[in-house]
Amino acid sequence: MQIYLPIAEMSVNIFLILGLGGGVGFLSGLFGVGGGFLITPLLIFYGIPPAVSVATAANQIVASSVSGVFAHWRRGNVDLKMGLVLLAGGIAGSTIGVWVFAWLRSLGQIDLVISLCYVIFLGIIGGMMLIEASRAIFRTRRRGGSFRRTKKHQHSFVHGLPLKMRFYRSGLYISALLPLLVGFFVGLLTALMGVGGGFVMVPAMIYILGMPTSVVIGTSLFQIIFVTANVTFLQSIQTQTVDVALAILLLIGGVIGAQFGAQFGSRLKAEHLRAMLGLLVLSVCLKLLFDLVITPTELYSIAPENL
Amino acid sequence: MHKSGAIIRTLLAVAAVLAVLAQDRARADALVVDLSNHLVAITTGFTGTDVLLFGAVQSEGDVIVTVRGPDQDMVVRRKERKVGIWVNSESATFRNVPAYYASASNRPMEIIANSQLYNDYRIGLEHQRFVTEIDDKDRNSSDYRDALLRNMRAAGLFNQRPAKISFLSNQLFRTDIHFPANTPTGTYTINVYLIRDGRIASIKTTPLVVSKTGVSAEVYDFAHRYSALYGIIAVIIAVAAGWTASVVFRQR
Repeated sequence: MQIYLPIAEMSVNIFLILGLGGGVGFLSGLFGVGGGFLITPLLIFYGIPPAVSVATAANQIVASSVSGVFAHWRRGNVDLKMGLVLLAGGIAGSTIGVWVFAWLRSLGQIDLVISLCYVIFLGIIGGMMLIEASRAIFRTRRRGGSFRRTKKHQHSFVHGLPLKMRFYRSGLYISALLPLLVGFFVGLLTALMGVGGGFVMVPAMIYILGMPTSVVIGTSLFQIIFVTANVTFLQSIQTQTVDVALAILLLIGGVIGAQFGAQFGSRLKAEHLRAMLGLLVLSVCLKLLFDLVITPTELYSIAPENL
Repeated sequence: MHKSGAIIRTLLAVAAVLAVLAQDRARADALVVDLSNHLVAITTGFTGTDVLLFGAVQSEGDVIVTVRGPDQDMVVRRKERKVGIWVNSESATFRNVPAYYASASNRPMEIIANSQLYNDYRIGLEHQRFVTEIDDKDRNSSDYRDALLRNMRAAGLFNQRPAKISFLSNQLFRTDIHFPANTPTGTYTINVYLIRDGRIASIKTTPLVVSKTGVSAEVYDFAHRYSALYGIIAVIIAVAAGWTASVVFRQR
């Protein structure tokens, strides 16, 4: 059954989009990730214009983050103060990001920048995950049990920065500049790539800010809601590329898929999950890289001038 | 039911055409045309449609039909390999490019008349003239023009070759004009040329409107007219959906 998307201005197979949302939802439930980094490339592979894919994915991530944040909020796993500081950076980053997005679009380079961002970030994150997970699997086999190396209160350049702030929930006393910068950078990625940025935010919170892992997911989800909402709002104003119909279809599929994914995931080992996710991320990265490198069959592309 | 209604309307219109033709006997060059539908409505379930063009000629002659969508300015970008990856580099801009173009004829166009005539009346894709701005020193404008036509054809918006007009008798003719799922909206101009002895004997022009209707039209309109409100609503929908999901699945 076909449905005509009002903003993308094309007709798509309704079940295919539902299935796509469901599939990514399943994976995000399985691995505990937002899935924005999969939704956007898959929409682009399907033929949805990149600009619409990015803006609409941001809208869909608002919903998936909202549904995820409640559980963490109830358990007190959201560092509100840290979230707000990250958010301040995120709002600035995403606002500039939307503006950069519109500028690149007018130059005809937005598709390239989106693809390059994906190749770089998916390559780094996927590679790191795979290495880390395979080490963990190897260790478990050898020693017959898993363990974590944790370094508490490690001192680095981080502690020399000005504007220090106390974050009670995270038990941190660090410069506010750091979360501001992390938030800014991730906000930029949200606008350019149509991702929540959890896959950058979470490692940055653990390794750069030194936050305890218990509050990382909840706090990251909390600030992602507002950053993606900001991107949705600004893209609506600036480029009119948010397709509500597409977002709703993805949402329905995603919500249902995530429930199955979470149930299925509880039966698998964490390091196996991470290894699988790493492989998945790397294969999306390779597909995008491949498309950039091979000689295209059509060397010319066309677009209306006013876009 | 919808279909039979359209057929009845078409038959009535054909009858009207014949009646007009009968009155018009005095004029040898009479040409009458009409469409099965003057409005192509893009609804939520739109996957493309055919519009029937039919008409009658008073006396022997060849018929050519052109369908031209609204004009727009198009940028054609050329990819170049830079440090291993393919990047958009140089570009050219074409002014007044139709967003849709199709033609049809009852016999091969080159038999009906010579290219001078087509050039004068700008009939057929090869005879369209676009104002071109090019800033590429390595390629000439015909490369870009070919690329424009190739891309528009691949998108289904320019037809590959003229469609067939079939004559039902010496006087009555018909052809189907296909509009794909990605048909741009706007006012289209349909020109019907009656050609005799390599010269134009008569021209009839009729408009056709392609517009979005129903929910998709309202959403599109709203997104462009009240974009800030649209953005806020998009966020509210997402928040509500996320909240609903968390409530529904917490019960389990």
